[in-house]
Amino acid sequence: MNIVSIDPRVTRSHIDENTQEGIANPMEHFQTYEVFEQKKRGTHHIHVGSVHAPSAEMAMIFAKEQYSRRGQCVNLWVVKTADVFATEYEDSDIFDTISDKTYREPEAYKVIDRIQAFKERQKAN
Amino acid sequence: MEFTDKHVQGLKDLLYKMADDLLIIGHRNSEWTGLGPVLEEDIAFSSMAQDKVGQSLALYEILHQLGESDPDTVAFTRNAPQFHCSQLVELPIGEYDFSLVRHFFFDHAEAIRFDMLATTVVEPLQMVAKKFRGEIKYHTMHADIWMKQLGESEEAKMRMQNSINEVFPFALGMFEPSEFEAELIEAGIFDGEFALREKWLNKVVPLLESFGYTVPNAETIIPEFGGRKGQHTEHLQPLLDEMTEVFAIDPGAEW
Repeated sequence: MNIVSIDPRVTRSHIDENTQEGIANPMEHFQTYEVFEQKKRGTHHIHVGSVHAPSAEMAMIFAKEQYSRRGQCVNLWVVKTADVFATEYEDSDIFDTISDKTYREPEAYKVIDRIQAFKERQKAN
Repeated sequence: MEFTDKHVQGLKDLLYKMADDLLIIGHRNSEWTGLGPVLEEDIAFSSMAQDKVGQSLALYEILHQLGESDPDTVAFTRNAPQFHCSQLVELPIGEYDFSLVRHFFFDHAEAIRFDMLATTVVEPLQMVAKKFRGEIKYHTMHADIWMKQLGESEEAKMRMQNSINEVFPFALGMFEPSEFEAELIEAGIFDGEFALREKWLNKVVPLLESFGYTVPNAETIIPEFGGRKGQHTEHLQPLLDEMTEVFAIDPGAEW
């Protein structure tokens, strides 16, 4: 059986589906690293994107020019994309909040009303 | 101390060779834009090439303050024999290994030169040397990491080693002494090309050896001198013709 692809060029090439041609190996295709930038000491590192690179050091020098060339940055992290353990989108319902549990959230308490009332009283005085 | 004419001449000579080196290497390295080995490197190398041109501008501005023509005129209206760049920077970009090795040798020399000039008695030059410190640190970091990376596979290492051997005499040519060495040292302007060369060798030789390369013996190699005195390879004039092509259409144009 030949490979049938949505890319007509692949289909027209009549490539056997058991071929070993074109299998990516580490020296031919760089892995990706995720880049995290810190704008100021003490603040969180924020994810800004990714780069292709053969090593963490190379990822770092690439990330510096890709993401922190303009604007403030004091620190960069690069992490192999493959090392990021992620949830599945099909499990995103684990993040749903059930509406009758709002008593567990701070908004549930009517503190804000009391603060408003306090401010009003201050103003009046 | 009061500067004599010879001190000022020596200072101008120093500024011209530094600025011309930076302008020409900046232009050369920008030839990789769009052709870099991977997109990320294309962006990084192009960005550093622009940094070099910006650094040359800062030095041409000091020359302008010393009574030379304005930076555009100086950069775009001279011919090859009036340029003081080393022959190293004018050589064609070659394959990527060649350009990386040149970048490594050149940027370490530049970093050390600027470091030495951070204490020069010439105040505007001292300020320029300090201003670009971070920029140049990244450039040498970039060069070191590439040299290390490519020393780790056999084919790459062989190609890098060939380029090291080829580039080395030209790299030594950067340290061609001027006729004002004694004046520059005496006045506290610059510690001289010989001191720079020694510091540079102490930096690049152990680094390259730690990456597994062999470095030719600097004492037995004949450096490619001449560039500082306006003697250039056949590669500089075509570069200048291309670089000044747009400027030459209308030299008086406001941009």
